[in-house]
Amino acid sequence: MDAASPLSRPPGLADLRQTPEPLLSELSTPDRPGIELPAPDVPRVALPPRDLLREALPLPVVGELEVVRHFTRLSQKNYAIDTGFYPLGSCTMKYNPKLNDELARLPGFAGLHPYQPAETVQGALALLAALEAALAEITGFAAVSLHPAAGAHGELTGLLIIRAYHRERGDTRRQRVLVPDSAHGTNPATAAMVGYETVTLPSDARGNVDLRALEAALGPDVAALMITAPSTLGLFDEHMLALTEAVHAAGALVYGDGANMNALLGVAKPAALGIDVLHMNLHKTFSTPHGGGGPGAGALAVTAALEPYLPVPVVRRRGDDYALEYDRPRSIGPVRAFGGHFGVLVRAYAYLRRLGAEGLRAVSEAAVLNANYLRVLLQEWYDVPYNRPCMHEVVLSGRRLKARGVRTLDVAKRLIDYGFHPPTIYFPLVVEEALMIEPTETETKATLDAFAAAMAAIAREAQEQPELLRAAPHATPVRRLDEATAARQPVLRWATPPATRE
Amino acid sequence: MPFVPLTPTERQQMLERIGVASTDALFEVIPPALRFPRIDLPPGESELETSRAVRALAARNRPATELACFLGGGVYHHFIPAAVGALASRGEFLTAYTPYQPEVSQGTLQAVFEFQSLVCDLFAMDVANASMYDGATALAEAVLMAQRITRRTRVVLGSGVHPEYRAVTATYLGDEAAELVVTPLEERDGALREGDPAPLVDERTACVVVQQPSFFGALADWTALRQACDRTGALLVMVVNPLSLGLLKPPGAWGADIAVGEGQSLGVPMSFGGPYVGLMATRQQYVRQLPGRLAGIARDSEGRRGFVLTLRPREQDIRREKATSNICTNQALVALQVTIYLSLMGPQGLRQAAENCYQYAHYAAAQIARLPGYTVLTPEPFFHEFVVRGPRPPEEINARLLEAGILGGLPLRRLGPALADCALYCCTEMNTRAEIDALVEVLARL
Repeated sequence: MDAASPLSRPPGLADLRQTPEPLLSELSTPDRPGIELPAPDVPRVALPPRDLLREALPLPVVGELEVVRHFTRLSQKNYAIDTGFYPLGSCTMKYNPKLNDELARLPGFAGLHPYQPAETVQGALALLAALEAALAEITGFAAVSLHPAAGAHGELTGLLIIRAYHRERGDTRRQRVLVPDSAHGTNPATAAMVGYETVTLPSDARGNVDLRALEAALGPDVAALMITAPSTLGLFDEHMLALTEAVHAAGALVYGDGANMNALLGVAKPAALGIDVLHMNLHKTFSTPHGGGGPGAGALAVTAALEPYLPVPVVRRRGDDYALEYDRPRSIGPVRAFGGHFGVLVRAYAYLRRLGAEGLRAVSEAAVLNANYLRVLLQEWYDVPYNRPCMHEVVLSGRRLKARGVRTLDVAKRLIDYGFHPPTIYFPLVVEEALMIEPTETETKATLDAFAAAMAAIAREAQEQPELLRAAPHATPVRRLDEATAARQPVLRWATPPATRE
Repeated sequence: MPFVPLTPTERQQMLERIGVASTDALFEVIPPALRFPRIDLPPGESELETSRAVRALAARNRPATELACFLGGGVYHHFIPAAVGALASRGEFLTAYTPYQPEVSQGTLQAVFEFQSLVCDLFAMDVANASMYDGATALAEAVLMAQRITRRTRVVLGSGVHPEYRAVTATYLGDEAAELVVTPLEERDGALREGDPAPLVDERTACVVVQQPSFFGALADWTALRQACDRTGALLVMVVNPLSLGLLKPPGAWGADIAVGEGQSLGVPMSFGGPYVGLMATRQQYVRQLPGRLAGIARDSEGRRGFVLTLRPREQDIRREKATSNICTNQALVALQVTIYLSLMGPQGLRQAAENCYQYAHYAAAQIARLPGYTVLTPEPFFHEFVVRGPRPPEEINARLLEAGILGGLPLRRLGPALADCALYCCTEMNTRAEIDALVEVLARL
């Protein structure tokens, strides 16, 4: 247990990342002065009655330099796009241009209150209108809402719109939503949240949605099909138009999960494929940083028939001016208190300006080229369950290594020792021992080659010294963590530090 | 092409390795008539051109931070120590994904654990999650959670709950929005008063939601409401402004079963509405009904302390349609900003910020109440917001204030005709006596 105590041995510079970082509560020294604010320059009045006030405020007391060092050291325990290759499938970990962060922090954006009068925020409203228009053009839809806070929030918004559409037509029998077995978990979770029953559709042998299963499931009780294009298998469905036509013929709508839009920019417009509602993850395709788990933004695009149901408020142009419009009686209502994630939207807008029309297609072409290149380089070492040209990501199976007692999890952990972030693993669920690799368009060939070489070396190690993989990673701030015990005896907070009594 | 580093030679080598003549061959699965459509957008720009164009848009705005700001209503102009932005913008935090691989995500995971702990301490609650999208969606999820726990559907909402929060909750509830009951808002003896929700709480009620301070700024004693909950088995859900908890009694001390709040007031720029962060905490016994991510302590194979995402079987990627929520990506970076802010401010700094808000608001309210034609409708005690009825429509008053570099209160016309001549004013530690005196002077001239 020596390593658990930072003072038991001198860490040495090279070893700092391995040194456990104390918690803020452990750094706390009561009575140390903290941030001071100027005393108010107005006559003081009595505070509210005592029974409305708190007795103690038990927060840690940490000096500014200690705070700076604490969070700097924590940051150094993270792997990030800025530190290395991050081929996490379905997450589109592409370069996040630094200009975009700088622009989002301009006081003319970051200093705006959402309730300011419209005449004081014309630049912000013009930016939102321009971003909506650009996303509508890229996807082929009539209208876009920038309100959803994340992809799953876009799904929720989209399914609420679909339900409102059916209801308004007096069509109240539609209680089921069809979801392919390869879909993200958010799809069935969202359908359940909106009160729908989900029906799982199987994939066929080529990785498409099973068309016959779809036709059998369709009926007057189906509200929508949720489809991911391209799918989480990294494949574009070979019967895409037949699928959407069948859904429409049954009076249902097609919800498009656009998490994988990075394959389709300038390649195909989802509206033309027969999709009625589509969410895009701006923190994936449109390069806004993911922040270690958000904030994202889940822009939602809809056909003209669904436009009246979009969340309020909407940006409206009146002559040369923009305003926010709240009075929309057919709207599903607001999905967030103060519009969308404006700071994220500024970044996506700046990114789109950089790319322009031809840049969009170049992004998807390079993303698809890179994924196919890795598919071909890796097929010697890993199984490719659906071996046809993939889109922006390739799904491999590590089942071949099972004979040596090596699991996909072990391959992933060993990749960390080689300096790479692992791919998404064990997803999609329909592939045994899945490894889902998404290189994105922003990587060099040298990086892709180095990654493939590491994957090949690991496959060889699996044959020769499998225990090396099973014990990986070896050089990280912590080794493999005991998640089972953590879940059985959850510790979700520190013990409250000594209270500072007033 | 920006952001695509492949050289023509490399591209050619890769195509040859794949065994196709061009990238077009990789897209043959796309229906030919729909393949490579025309995209009607302007050509791409250099970094300099985009920087110029977007800066020009920013320059067309008049940010609240550069005016004397008296606008609140759920989003507040507060002091943000410089270290918050400097640390939270580090690429290692900014460009990491959700911490699915804990060995290379200990920075994010420990920060989430610290965030959860700080929210627990501030709220005086047992357990907090890793964040929700914002305060309003946190409330909507809290109501859904209360319905799951109690297996009841009726929900009583105080009229002091932010109207935007009530609307988002109604959106989330969908069909069950019919089960929402809102307490009356009454004007009596020159004061705006929220009807007592306690008599509306019955054996069919899943939860009662109250906001402290209320949307209109007021503070109330919720002891009797807690007793009504004990009698009926309804849960008490509280919406709080976390910064006010530097001073005010925390939701745990009122006996709240679930507490939510908007974290924007804790070190997060207003940024025209987002991104913000929803805070959500509950009692230990309800932890498995909590939506969202949870970080917990785990030991590694050498016995070292580390952090992991835990209690995962509540979540969508494991449980799919049986999950507690569909939430996936949430607000980790904003939660980090809150964590850094609270660790810099400490108990003294937070208490002082809250007290300064209170003092400035009371000075401003007293000055305005003295003006002929103006009435302060929010009764004492209130925190840092108050409703003002003025002699002219608030939009007209605000236009005059803006000419003097002052951002006036929030017009309440959208809440109904009875409040069409009213505005909600807010003061924070960012205001000064000079700003308030200038505000009062313009108001006096109207």
